[in-house]
Amino acid sequence: MTGKGFLSMLLGVFKRFVMTYVEDFRKGKKRYYTAEGIESRRKADVQGIFTIQYPEEKLPVPEEFRFLPFLVYEEGPNGEKDLRCTSCGICAKVCPPQCISIVRTNDPVTGKPVPQPKEFYIDVDICMNCGLCAEYCPFDAIKMDHDYELASYTRQGNIYDIERLSKPVSYYAGIRPTNYSAEEHARQEKEALKAAAKKPAATEGAG
Amino acid sequence: MSEEQVTVAQIPDISLQFEGRVVKDTRAGYSGFIVGAEHLLDVVQTLRDELGFDYLSSVTGVDYLPEGKMEVVYHLYRSIGGPALVFKVQVPRDEAVVPSLYHIFKSADWQEREAWDLMGIRFVGHPDLRRILTWEGFAGHPLRKDWKEPYFEEETKPYKSRWPEGITGYIEDNNPYHDNLQYPAGFDPETWIPQAEEALYASAQKIGRDKELHTDTVVVNLGPQHPSTHGVFRMVAALDGEQVVFLKPVVGYLHRNHEKIGERNTYLQNMPFTDRLDYVSSMSNNFGYALAVEKLMGIKPPERADYIRVMMAELTRWMNHVFSFGFLWNDLGSYFTPMIYALEERELILDIFEAVSGSRMMCNYFRFGGVARDLPEGVLNKVKELVFERMPRQLDAIDKMLSTNEIVRNRCIGCGVLTAEQAINNGASGPNLRASGVPYDIRRADPYSIYDRLDFDVVVHYHGDVYDRYLTRLDEARQSNRILQQVVRDIPEGPIMTGKPAYQVRVPAGEAYGRVEAPKGELGFYIVSTGKPNPWRYHVRAPSFINLTSLEDMCRGGKIADVVLNLGAIDIVLGEVDR
Ligand code: SF4
Ligand code: SF4
Repeated sequence: MTGKGFLSMLLGVFKRFVMTYVEDFRKGKKRYYTAEGIESRRKADVQGIFTIQYPEEKLPVPEEFRFLPFLVYEEGPNGEKDLRCTSCGICAKVCPPQCISIVRTNDPVTGKPVPQPKEFYIDVDICMNCGLCAEYCPFDAIKMDHDYELASYTRQGNIYDIERLSKPVSYYAGIRPTNYSAEEHARQEKEALKAAAKKPAATEGAG
Repeated sequence: MSEEQVTVAQIPDISLQFEGRVVKDTRAGYSGFIVGAEHLLDVVQTLRDELGFDYLSSVTGVDYLPEGKMEVVYHLYRSIGGPALVFKVQVPRDEAVVPSLYHIFKSADWQEREAWDLMGIRFVGHPDLRRILTWEGFAGHPLRKDWKEPYFEEETKPYKSRWPEGITGYIEDNNPYHDNLQYPAGFDPETWIPQAEEALYASAQKIGRDKELHTDTVVVNLGPQHPSTHGVFRMVAALDGEQVVFLKPVVGYLHRNHEKIGERNTYLQNMPFTDRLDYVSSMSNNFGYALAVEKLMGIKPPERADYIRVMMAELTRWMNHVFSFGFLWNDLGSYFTPMIYALEERELILDIFEAVSGSRMMCNYFRFGGVARDLPEGVLNKVKELVFERMPRQLDAIDKMLSTNEIVRNRCIGCGVLTAEQAINNGASGPNLRASGVPYDIRRADPYSIYDRLDFDVVVHYHGDVYDRYLTRLDEARQSNRILQQVVRDIPEGPIMTGKPAYQVRVPAGEAYGRVEAPKGELGFYIVSTGKPNPWRYHVRAPSFINLTSLEDMCRGGKIADVVLNLGAIDIVLGEVDR
């Protein structure tokens, strides 16, 4: 019972305390409130306290970060919004808490379903941010957003409708560049394959 | 019994030994044996005393509604390792009475109470068969297949109302109470007296009464809202002076009937729900569930996926253990400064989880036959930096600060002792079991994934006190580090998924039990499939829940102040205890 162990713990705490200021001193003003400073505080060799001063500072989120889903639309030349969603219903089926509900559009003349959602709701109070909808949508039409600051005073209005959910492709490409370019690449390849498959068939038919 | 008779890897055909009392379970997709209810106690006693099956890991019920049968499923192991001996008892649904194994295996205590509470199976001979997860006035037994919740929509998801004519609205509007509540018939909350609660207090008061000095015991409620209980958790303790003479945990405050939700869900939909069990180590939960379903489906993930899985599971273990050191400090009264040190280390690992899975805590990263996505660029390098430099260094720092610290040693050594026999009998698992001198680690005892290829030691300590539990975790974190170093060194390139990703998986009829060595202990998933898109039965053997069985043994005879320490050293997460 010498108290040596206890002292060594205090020393450890003291060292941490000092290191925080040493780091502050070493990095100077750059340590706080700059992108570079934030980055340096999440490195594996960081020392001292590395708290992020939220909300003045925010951790940049990685590309795969998911919060709420949104619907992707292509922007037409005249600013019209062309949703990629075909209202196939897969996301509504795969959603674990069943918070997506979709009304399919029917052709007024024939009564047949048209690949376009009439209404699209997500109850974001119930959404568990699992990302399964985005993962299994076959048309890359629903994606997970990065925006996580969504506190509100009431629950009313937390059932998002199609207006609130829609976001342009450019936004999607902005937050998830790698995913976006990979998908575009896959799509182009598929189309090229299709075109290639068509050609010989056509010549054969002619022959 | 001589030693060479015990062969670990083989399950004896007990239907031969107990002819007439035990038959083989011959249903397609099922394994194990069916024991007649009237022979259960004999058979189990023999299995334990003569065949060395001394570790009752899981007890649960399955409601076979169409056949009018209720089945109790037991998973029995040898504490020296090897696969499970599975046996079942079948009784009629409306007369579901089974002899209790309480007096042979204490680990049956809480699990039988759970089966009574949720499935309405009565265990004769159980001394304390109260409801455990739901409250006393709860109407019915929720895991019975004909029980319906207040917001009942349909038996299984996906619900038909969502598409193509999607209806939407606030769910409570469908309910006459505007509330998620349902009372039994004739229930009046004004006049109702919670009898089981009264009985609990009465039994606490009874202990230690008529002694020579005629002192009374004091009954104290610790919790449910208390910073030391790590969540909403209550302990009813009877004190003789400062000494604990009686202690019963009361749980269920966070109960959400995870298993009922799981039976409504499709297989894939359960994956994100498992994250919410032990929310500190969601990757391990994913692992266990994926293993169970993969067993049923008969598929195996590709090599790279296996490496990624183990990497995530070991990062989780490391982080969980470091987190528990932070809590240990906290429970010792060193409020929150050291806790933040632990959180810092955890933060860096959560950064990795976030980058691969999209979420820091609710990872939802595993899929049947692989993982959701490959490691994004740069992640592997980050992991390398951590496992080769920072993690070993920080562990050494923690070791230095804690292990020789006089306060830690004085408080922890000799506190909350659990003997090896007690630990095995109580069904303790994980570091709690290994700190009591039982070298049982599922990664070695019944290897899964690629653990048989990895080089690591099973950590074991022998005193069974809080200090040894701490040491076990510390050494285990070191071993995790060792595993991680091998994994990042050897991880191969290749696909990360067997077959195509599908939102609706085909799971053949049958049963499966997948278990992993989660940071907290043995995490098992028992799944019964009928070939439909939703599991018929989905049961979680939660390590935190069953480890709590040992709490009274640890605390009895100790000081009231040490209760906090003992609870902390078991390392529970209430999300998993209450499910
Ligand atoms: S899965 Fe995709 S395309 Fe289908 S309804 Fe959902 S968002 Fe639309
Ligand atoms: S993120 Fe998950 S819970 Fe939320 S809408 Fe998509 S599938 Fe449903």
